Amino acid sequence: MILGDVMKILEAEPLSRALNLDVDLHTAFAADLMSDVLALARPGTLMITGLTNIQIMRTASVVDTPAVVFVRGKRPPKETIDLAEKLGIPSIITSKTMFEACGLLFQAGIKPIRCVER
Amino acid sequence: MNPLSRQEPYVIQREVKPLDFLAAGETASDFKETLKSLGIPPEICRKASIVTYEAEMNAVIHGGGGIIALELAGDRITIVASDEGPGIENVSLAMQEGYTTAPDSIRELGFGAGMGLPNIKKYSDELEIETELGKGTTLRAVILLDPSGEEVSDLCRTV
Repeated sequence: MILGDVMKILEAEPLSRALNLDVDLHTAFAADLMSDVLALARPGTLMITGLTNIQIMRTASVVDTPAVVFVRGKRPPKETIDLAEKLGIPSIITSKTMFEACGLLFQAGIKPIRCVER
Repeated sequence: MNPLSRQEPYVIQREVKPLDFLAAGETASDFKETLKSLGIPPEICRKASIVTYEAEMNAVIHGGGGIIALELAGDRITIVASDEGPGIENVSLAMQEGYTTAPDSIRELGFGAGMGLPNIKKYSDELEIETELGKGTTLRAVILLDPSGEEVSDLCRTV
């Protein structure tokens, strides 16, 4: 699936300019805790979050996430969008809740990442 | 140049300011770009960047700021984070997932949930923490350029 498909499914709008809608996506990870993203997200994993501060983009960059979805219609502050553009990380916003966004993407074939049992 | 054949250590360091959440993470991005430009494999750059980021957040949140250094020498990358903060009262407790002394304001940023040091340990091949109450903390994390044994990528997989 490409980011353009994700945008249609989530009825999302772009946040950053020069959005590459052809970014290829196979897996996703949803969290509001960035330390969990750092611990578990694999390179190439779409990040879905309800937080909007600048650290979201720092985290996305560090873990090599190809795109970020902001849920619950929460619009990130300017510094977050500016950093997304600087880092070249496509970012979109949807008014859907995290649960619904995840459910729709899962239904459409986006896979989760699985963690080993502890 | 092949970093594996490097004779002289390559060292850069950055200052991290206390409670500067706009700048926090710049050092991690900077180190990652530097390592990439030196031809270090992406997965190693990623590990070093995550370790730096968590160490940076610790210095910003708890340490009253500090100095983060990246050293590339021989078969390894070493990240050294030093601060003159309050020190860690109980290191073994701080290494446990979920143990935290961070205030709620930090959790609103998506951090401060007691995963910082466990994440650093997870992505490091060696980790040393020297700390003294009232004096500060120095963390030294090693990431091998050619790691053997279990890699982080084995801990989580795509279904």
